[in-house]
Amino acid sequence: MGLRGEAAIVGIAEWKPERRPTAPPMFTLEQWAQLTREALDDAGIDPSEVDGICATNIRESDSFVPSTIAEYLGMQVNLAEVVDLGGASCAAMVWRAAAAIELGLCNVVVIGAPSWPSPRPPVPPSGLSSWRYGASSANYGSPQAEFDIPYGNVAQNCGYAQIAMKYGAEYGYDAEALAKIAVDQRVSANHNPPAVFHNVPITVEDVLNSSMISDPIHMLEIVMPCVGGAAIVVAGKDVARRSKHRPAWISGFGERVLHKTPTYAEDLLSTALIPAADQAFKMAGRSREEVDLISVYDCYTITVLMTIEDAGFCPRGEGQPFVREHDLSFKGEFPCNTHGGQLGFGQAGLAGGMSHITEGARQVMRRGEDHQVPDADVAFITGNGGLMSEQVALILEGD
Amino acid sequence: MAADTPQRPLPTPIDRTQPFWDGLREHKVKIQYSPSSDNWVFYPRSHAPLTLADDLEWREISGEGTLYTYTIARRPTAPDFAGDEPQIIAVVELNEGPRLTSTLVNVDEDAIEVGMRVRPVFEDVPGTETTLLRYEPDS
Repeated sequence: MGLRGEAAIVGIAEWKPERRPTAPPMFTLEQWAQLTREALDDAGIDPSEVDGICATNIRESDSFVPSTIAEYLGMQVNLAEVVDLGGASCAAMVWRAAAAIELGLCNVVVIGAPSWPSPRPPVPPSGLSSWRYGASSANYGSPQAEFDIPYGNVAQNCGYAQIAMKYGAEYGYDAEALAKIAVDQRVSANHNPPAVFHNVPITVEDVLNSSMISDPIHMLEIVMPCVGGAAIVVAGKDVARRSKHRPAWISGFGERVLHKTPTYAEDLLSTALIPAADQAFKMAGRSREEVDLISVYDCYTITVLMTIEDAGFCPRGEGQPFVREHDLSFKGEFPCNTHGGQLGFGQAGLAGGMSHITEGARQVMRRGEDHQVPDADVAFITGNGGLMSEQVALILEGD
Repeated sequence: MAADTPQRPLPTPIDRTQPFWDGLREHKVKIQYSPSSDNWVFYPRSHAPLTLADDLEWREISGEGTLYTYTIARRPTAPDFAGDEPQIIAVVELNEGPRLTSTLVNVDEDAIEVGMRVRPVFEDVPGTETTLLRYEPDS
């Protein structure tokens, strides 16, 4: 069942994340055009070869998104996807692209994550921002509007803190081990020039002394919001063979979606990643021991800890000693988020989730430069949407 | 309410959920029950989750339960809650099984423990027809 590993990531475009934009705003469609061109240039593929598009929402249109993008780019496509899985969207688009290619529908699929600010309209729109309550919908009839928002159970910090608190009640909470995740990833960020914290090393004490935002999560355990943008090109075997770089073949994936709000989880500590990762490894025919690096969604340190456990790299509940015993930097024996993770690289909207894919692909392509893991051949990647409840696992491999 | 006080978001019940809010107004907790699957359901729905049975009926319960998890938000979780920090945001597991979102009141931060018994506190929101369901330690 599943992929045969005959589609690969062959091109990457990624804008340097910035905390404050140093260039003017761009419409999402303009970002799509620029990012697509850069990613195709990187692969050495002509725009005329593109026959698939995977997108998330765009500012200019609430519906008919893929056709609007295709028309703007002047492309006619056989795959026109919109994926709405939050931080898991980009990883989810990768397997959809690979599946479409292996089905023979497409040869070249562009996946876009434009995350640069758009120009403000001359007349401000009426009504409240739909992001007023984080990812919770205030629309009439929304369960979140009625049963969660009135109690302030909104936004991401609060939900991940509830997960971390539950984890601590079940397994004990080792705040230093959690902090070490941010510290080790920062080491990698310090070797990755585009990272927003490239020049800022931190210690465990720094993390534990940073402000408590939502117990037990400290400021330095939370991603830094940025602006940026990214796109990748996924291509079939023939195109991949004549592209510029060593292809990063997509050999396995899993996707699992459980719920929207943590309150209604069947078991808050049994994440959607458990089945998703098992399926990805089984499909790829790989063992955990064969993985050279992991590039996993890290909106918070607790996300990384539970991902290491639920992906099967250590038993559940033993992640904290595992983190203490392993160097997670690109130099270590368990390289994790070698670009710095979103904690060190920055979270430029959905391009933040894409950064785990671009980094996994770069490592397998052997384009990691100062933070390259030697002989990287197998990368395990996750996308995580909502509050650990939307999970996608991917395995990328070199030849 | 002073002009500079943020407007707290209140629920807008729909027909389907009105009995829950009507119950709170009377300081009672009523949730749905599906006889065919012997499952209690929260939040209110048109069909029972998983079985999709359309036999949901309203029943009054004690509203008591245990604290499944919580966090103490040191900064407002949204601009509307400015001034409410620290917000003790709780997930309560009802005795009947379903969980709901609430906040803890009448409690010292140091005394909060996952798994502790909690009981309802009905907060009639001044100047409105809304009653919110908050919780306090059951001791």
